[in-house]
Amino acid sequence: MLLARIFVQLKPSVLDPQGKAVTNSLQHLGYDKVLETRVSKYIEITFAESDTVTVSAEVEKICSELLANPNTEHYHYTLEEVD
Amino acid sequence: MITFPGSNCDHDAHEVFLHRGHDSRLVWHKDSDLMNPDLVVLPGGFSYGDYLRCGALARFSPIVKEVVAFARRGGLVLGICNGFQILTECGLLPGALMMNQGLAFICQHQYLRVEHSDTPYTYNIPSGKVLDIPIAHKEGNFFIDENGLNELEDNHRVIFRYCTAQGETSLEANPNGSLANIAGICNPTRRVLGMMPHPERAATPTVTSNDGKYIFAAIEEYFGAGA
Repeated sequence: MLLARIFVQLKPSVLDPQGKAVTNSLQHLGYDKVLETRVSKYIEITFAESDTVTVSAEVEKICSELLANPNTEHYHYTLEEVD
Repeated sequence: MITFPGSNCDHDAHEVFLHRGHDSRLVWHKDSDLMNPDLVVLPGGFSYGDYLRCGALARFSPIVKEVVAFARRGGLVLGICNGFQILTECGLLPGALMMNQGLAFICQHQYLRVEHSDTPYTYNIPSGKVLDIPIAHKEGNFFIDENGLNELEDNHRVIFRYCTAQGETSLEANPNGSLANIAGICNPTRRVLGMMPHPERAATPTVTSNDGKYIFAAIEEYFGAGA
C-alpha cells in the first residue's frame, strides 16, 4: 500500500486571512520574530497499490480534479510505503 | 430549484417564485431531469456541509452535469450564495469565493449597486440603482487573478458591487474583502449569473427590505420581452 501525504496551499499571491489572524495572535503572544503564517490543508490518502508511478499519476489527477482549486491553490505531496 | 444535501434557501426561493405565480419545482441533486425549465436556480446553503471547499463537492452531483449542459446550450442559471460558489467550482463562472477577510460569518443587510442592465437578472433596472439585499456567508470574498479581473471588467461582467446607501463602492462598504467590491458576476453570454446576496430573502411583504423583487421582476420582464 502507498500513503500519499498531500498539502494543499493557497498560492503565494492569494491573501490568507486565517494565516494573517494567526500571525497577529502569535505576535500578540509575544512571538515577535513571527513574520508570516500560511494555513494549509493536509490530506492523507491510502492506496491499495504499491507502484509509485501509478499512484503519482492518480494523486495528480485527484488534486487537480478535486482537492485543489487551481484558481487559488497549489499542491504538493509525498508517497510512503505502508503496511 | 436544485436541492443539494445541505441546501437551506431552496424553499425560500421556491416560495418566492410560487408567490409570483410561476411553476417552480424542487429538483433533488441525484435526479438527472431538469424538466425543461426557463431558469435553473442553485440556491444558498451549505451543500455537502461545505466540506473541502464550498461548492466543491456539489459539482459531482448528477444534476450538476445537466445544469452545466443546460447553461452551455444557453439556458439561464442563477446561483445565489452557495449557488455562486458551485458555479465557480464547476467552471461556469471564473474566480473563487474565499473566506471573508474578517474571518467571520456575516449576516446583515447590504447595499448593492446594479452595474449593468443587460442581463436577464437586471433587465431594465437602471445602472447605478442601489438595492438593499441581505448577505449571509463566511466565504464570499471574491478572488480572481489580474487577467481574470481585467476580462470581467473589460466585458462588463461585474453585475453587482457592494456599496454604500449612496451607491459608492468604497472600502468601508465592502463587507468581506471581495476584489473590486464584487458581489455578483455573469458569464460571457450574460445568461449565467452568480451573486452572494440573497434576493429571495428580500422579496416578500413579511421582511423589511423588498428590493430582491427588482431581480425577480427583471427576470419576468426579460421573458415578457420575448427572449
